[in-house]
Amino acid sequence: MTVTEKILAAHAGLDRVKPGQLIEAQCDMALANDITAPLAIQEFQKLGIDRVWDRGRIALVPDHFTPNKDIKSAEQARYVREFARGMGIVHYFEVGEMGIEHALLPEKGLVIPGDLVIGADSHTCTYGALGAFSTGVGSTDLACAMATGKAWFRVPESIRFTLKGSLSKWVSGKDVILKIIGDIGVDGARYMSMEFTGEGIEKLSMDNRFTIANMVIEAGAKNGIFPVDEQTRRYVASSMKEGKRKDQYRVFESDHDAPYAGEYEYVLDDIEPQVAYPHLPENVRGISETDEIRIHQVVIGSCTNGRLEDLRVCAEILKGHRVHREVRLLIFPATQKIYLEALREGLIETMVEAGAAVSTPTCGPCLGGHMGVLAKGEVAVSTTNRNFVGRMGHKESEVYLASPAVAAASAVTGKISSPEEVMK
Amino acid sequence: MSSTSNLSFEGRVFLFGNNVDTDVIIPARYLNTKDPAELASHCMEDIDREFAGKVQEGDIIVAGENFGCGSSREHAPIAIKASGVSCVIASSFARIFYRNAINIGLPILELKDASSKVGGGDTVQVDLQAGTLINRSTGETFQSEPFPAFMQEIINAGGLINRVKIQLGGTAQCTGLP
Repeated sequence: MTVTEKILAAHAGLDRVKPGQLIEAQCDMALANDITAPLAIQEFQKLGIDRVWDRGRIALVPDHFTPNKDIKSAEQARYVREFARGMGIVHYFEVGEMGIEHALLPEKGLVIPGDLVIGADSHTCTYGALGAFSTGVGSTDLACAMATGKAWFRVPESIRFTLKGSLSKWVSGKDVILKIIGDIGVDGARYMSMEFTGEGIEKLSMDNRFTIANMVIEAGAKNGIFPVDEQTRRYVASSMKEGKRKDQYRVFESDHDAPYAGEYEYVLDDIEPQVAYPHLPENVRGISETDEIRIHQVVIGSCTNGRLEDLRVCAEILKGHRVHREVRLLIFPATQKIYLEALREGLIETMVEAGAAVSTPTCGPCLGGHMGVLAKGEVAVSTTNRNFVGRMGHKESEVYLASPAVAAASAVTGKISSPEEVMK
Repeated sequence: MSSTSNLSFEGRVFLFGNNVDTDVIIPARYLNTKDPAELASHCMEDIDREFAGKVQEGDIIVAGENFGCGSSREHAPIAIKASGVSCVIASSFARIFYRNAINIGLPILELKDASSKVGGGDTVQVDLQAGTLINRSTGETFQSEPFPAFMQEIINAGGLINRVKIQLGGTAQCTGLP
């Protein structure tokens, strides 16, 4: 069996499962945010029960339209807050301690290797970086999981991606996953598991792994999953210190004869910075093949690229430079902890001195919610994950997806640029 | 035109292409509400500004590959259902949209090449149990895989919540203190 099949089987109380099989499985954690929780709560209440399955196994993170952008979103956030208080939900994160959910849960030690996690947010797949099975679901699934702790799944086929070598300077996990999506397309792994393996992973930082796992949904995948190695163990040893999870983590590995629906191999040294053109994440080109594209706004942050390493590379490029006078640079550390560490390392100071606006954590601009909505005809470079029509604002605005390094360099030059153009 | 039975529908077709994403089905700027009627009033507006005004009770959406790709927002199938659309037929569906549609009781059918077999404005009849689509405008019939029994059970129960409610038997066994 593959690692994904093994985790699903273990949580369904079965010895074996195979692709295509429909199973009901036990969840270790269930997650929702201020957009998806209100619908889930409404559905939960239809069940006519007054207690959740386990108040320590549900995470509610108001991160999308918070700090609230308007009265309606404030009402929605209040609805979630009151439910969390009423049910005694332990892991509810208020503004001030809140972070972007998929950066926050691993950081807080709420997700650990071998877990089965569902979240009413498509980027729940991020936790595959930890060797967990995690996948996005809708609000009704989440409502039922809040009541029973269980969810139904179709066991996915797996595609194996073998990574070799190591990343060049200014190349990151974002470039790896954009390259893969460009190759296999936005439905290249539809319904399937994307399993990453190979000696190249050893040198990929956890932040890079989170970024790669985060965007497997952009290839249509159900989950993405990495092996557990020394780096993972160190990360989890640190995140579990807070004691939010008392159980031991479990390490699952694919069998040598596990079946795969497809195999791909990437030499990391061969990958250059990548840019996804509007209006699909599969419209990918290497930076050396891009045209001269003038930009109006740059967004650095999100569940994809708002982690400390992302902010470090951004500050490294901004140091001693100024944001181009026709460009607005918006930077969003993904959690309060990341924000504080960036502050202590002097990264925030560098960013502000360069002319960037640095914000409290929020998903806001990624989905055109608030804090950086695009006007008609405006063009943005963004480290987020989707560039659909109207994603970040007006339906005639355009989003180019890229890494923090390309985004920071582009903010300086005013056009889509390679970091090497700025760091000569 | 309106639906004829629980798993059989007849309606006029609205045709869309490949990769219709959840951001165009219901843009995130309207996600500050969960009111189905309000969501329906903005359904599809970034790819077809007139959709919400033109769509009638019982109409059917036909689309290409990967319908509903992108976010997990259940607001997307809710907006479609509240628009009066009786059924969505696509060559393929993105997986979260697929399960959301089943969970909320929006009938869907996966039919290869659907969007090339049917034209906008055609009248089609769909039978989910049999997995058939008849294009009344051309007289052609197409066969798809019928729904797995497990999913028919959810649809017949009127969605996942009702199924779980039945399972819980009204007296839920809930445990759990951390």
